[in-house]
Amino acid sequence: MSLLSVRDLTVKFAMRSQTVTALHQISFDLARGERLGIVGESGAGKSITGFALMKLLSAPGYIDSGTIQFDGTDITQAPEAQMRQIRGNRIAMVFQDPMVTLNPVLTIGQQMVETLRAHRKLSRRDAQEIALTKLREVQIAAPELRLKQYPHELSGGMRQRIIIAMALLLDPDLIIADEPTTALDVTIQADIMELLLKLCQANKVGLILITHDLGVVSQLTERTLVMYAGRIVEAGKTREIINDPQHPYTQGLINALPQQTLPGQMLKQIPGAMPVLTDIPPGCPFSPRCAFALAECRRLLPQIMQQGSSEVACHEVNRLHSDLLLEEGR
Amino acid sequence: MIAYLVKRLVQGIAVMLVISALGFAIQSHLGDPLRDLVGQSLGQDAQQQLRQDLGLDDPYWAQYVRFLGRVMQGDLGTSLFFDEPALQVILKKLPATLELVFAATVIIVLLSVPLGVYTAIRPHAILSRVIMGLSVLGISTPVFLTAILMISVFSVGYGWLPAFGRGDAVPVWGYWETNFASLDGLSHILLPSVALAAIMLPMFIRLIRAEMLEVLQSDYVKYARAKGLHPLRIYYVHALKNTLMPVITLGGVQIGTMVAYTILTETVFQWPGMGFMFLEAVNRADTPLIVAYLIVVGLIFVLTNTLVDLIYALVNPTVKLARMGA
Repeated sequence: MSLLSVRDLTVKFAMRSQTVTALHQISFDLARGERLGIVGESGAGKSITGFALMKLLSAPGYIDSGTIQFDGTDITQAPEAQMRQIRGNRIAMVFQDPMVTLNPVLTIGQQMVETLRAHRKLSRRDAQEIALTKLREVQIAAPELRLKQYPHELSGGMRQRIIIAMALLLDPDLIIADEPTTALDVTIQADIMELLLKLCQANKVGLILITHDLGVVSQLTERTLVMYAGRIVEAGKTREIINDPQHPYTQGLINALPQQTLPGQMLKQIPGAMPVLTDIPPGCPFSPRCAFALAECRRLLPQIMQQGSSEVACHEVNRLHSDLLLEEGR
Repeated sequence: MIAYLVKRLVQGIAVMLVISALGFAIQSHLGDPLRDLVGQSLGQDAQQQLRQDLGLDDPYWAQYVRFLGRVMQGDLGTSLFFDEPALQVILKKLPATLELVFAATVIIVLLSVPLGVYTAIRPHAILSRVIMGLSVLGISTPVFLTAILMISVFSVGYGWLPAFGRGDAVPVWGYWETNFASLDGLSHILLPSVALAAIMLPMFIRLIRAEMLEVLQSDYVKYARAKGLHPLRIYYVHALKNTLMPVITLGGVQIGTMVAYTILTETVFQWPGMGFMFLEAVNRADTPLIVAYLIVVGLIFVLTNTLVDLIYALVNPTVKLARMGA
C-alpha cells in the first residue's frame, strides 16, 4: 500500500481570457520512505505538482480533477481544517530560496516553536527542546544561539539547514523539497543534499525532490519522473532513466549535463525552449524541439506506456520497441 | 545607539536652524517693527536713532544670530496681542492640540489596522469594496467640509454632541487640562478628533492594504501556510508584522502633519488649541506669535520623526541602531 497515490491529477489556471491546463492527468505512486525525483525545465509543472499535493496552489490555480490519496485521505476532497493538520505535520515542505522562506521579523526559535505548537499540545519549553534536538540533527553549530537569532543573522546554507530541521520537527511521512539548493553556493549544495538524504534515510521519511538537476536526482532518489509541459514524459527507476534514457527529452537533459561535455566544448543544449502554457503545440508537446519527430508526432499526443522497466510517452520509442518485438518474434 | 542618537541630534539641529532662519525672515520682512512701536509721530532723526539703538541697522546675519541667541534661551519674542511671551501663549494652547492629535491617532490606529487587513485578505468581498470606495471619498473630502457636515448632522440635526469648544476640561498639571477625564470633555473631543482622523484614516487603510497584499504574496507567508499554521496567526503575526514596517515610518511623518492639519479642524470646532491660535495670530498680524508657532511645530516634527525612527529600529530586527550611526 503506497503512502501517496496520485491519479489523473489535472491542475488548471483560470486566467482572465481563458483557462489553461498546467498539469495534464498526472499519475504516480510513492511508497512509504521512498525517494522520488521530479525533473524538467522551468515551466514543466514540477513546482505546481508539489504545491498541488499540499493543496496550496495560489489563485488562479486550482485542482480541476483527479485524486491524491495520502495515507487513506483524498487530499483533493479534504476540507481546509484537515489540510492544516496534514501540512507541516504529515507532509513538510522545503522551499527553494532559504533567504526569503523564513519570516524576517520572527526569530528562528519563534518560527520553530509555532510550527510544533500548531500541531501538538506542547509547552513553549518542551517545544524548544524538540527544536534544539532537530537543530543538532542538521549539524548546526551553537543551536541554542540560533533559536534567539533572526534569519538575516544567518548564512544561506545555515538557513536551509534550519528549514530542513523545521521540516523534520513533527516527524513527517513525506518531505517535498522544491529546488532546495538552487539558491545556494555550489560548495554548500552537496552538503545540503547529503544531509537531506541522510536524514530521510535515518528517519524513514519519504522525499519528493523537485529539481532541474538530473545529477542531484541520480544521487538522492530511487525513482524519477521526467516532466515536460505539464505532462509526465518518462517515469521509472532513477538508475534506468540515467543509464538508459528512452524519451528524447530525457536524453537531451542528460546530454546537457556538464559532465557529458569535454572541457572547452560547448554544453549540449536542447534547442528551443519549453512552450508557454497558453501556446502548447498540437501532438507531442516536445515535437518542435525533437530531433526524431515524425509527422505523427506533430498530430497525435503520445500516451504514456510501459516500455521495458520505464514508462514513456513517445511515438518514436513505441515504434522502436514494437520493431524490436517484431524482430524477436521472427 | 549613542552614535545614532548624536547623528539624529545633529540632523535635528540642522532642520531647526533652517526653520528658525525662515521664521526670522518672516519676522524681519513682515512690516516695519519701528512703525509698530512708535507709529509715524516720531521725527526722522529720532527714528534713525531708535533704529540704531534697537540694532535694526545691523547686518542681516548679525540680527539673525541675535535672534538665535534669544531663541536658545527660550525667548521667542512677545506676542503683540496677548502681551505675553509667545512661548508661554503657545504652551498654554499646546495641550489642547496634543490631546486632539492623540485622540485622532487612537481612532486611526484602532480602525486602520483591522480595516486594512480585512480589505487585503478579502479583496473581493462587498464590504471591502465599500470600504475602499468610502476611502476614496474620504481622501478627496477636505476636512472643513467633513467637520461642518458632522456638526450639522450630530450637533444641529440630532443634538447629540457639542459643536464647539473643549467643554469641561479637567486640570492636570501646569497648563495641561485634559478632555479625557470627564464625560463632557470626551463628548467635546469626539467630533473634532473624528474629523481630524478622517483625513488620514483612508490613506492608512489603503497603505496597510497595499503593503499587506504584497506581503501575502511573499514566500514566507506561503511557507507559513505550508507549516499548517492557523490563518489568523499567518495574517496577524507573520503578515501584519511585516506590513507595519513601512506603515510606522509613514505614520510618524503623518502625526507631525496632523499637528499642522489641526489649524483647520480647530478653527471649525473653535477648539482652543494652537492651530486656532495660529490662525488668529495671522489675522492679527501677531508676527512674533506666528514665528514662535513655526518653531514649536518644527520642533514637534523633528521630535516625532526621531521617536518613530527609534520605534522602527525596535520593531525591525534587521535594523541595528549601532550600524545606523556609522
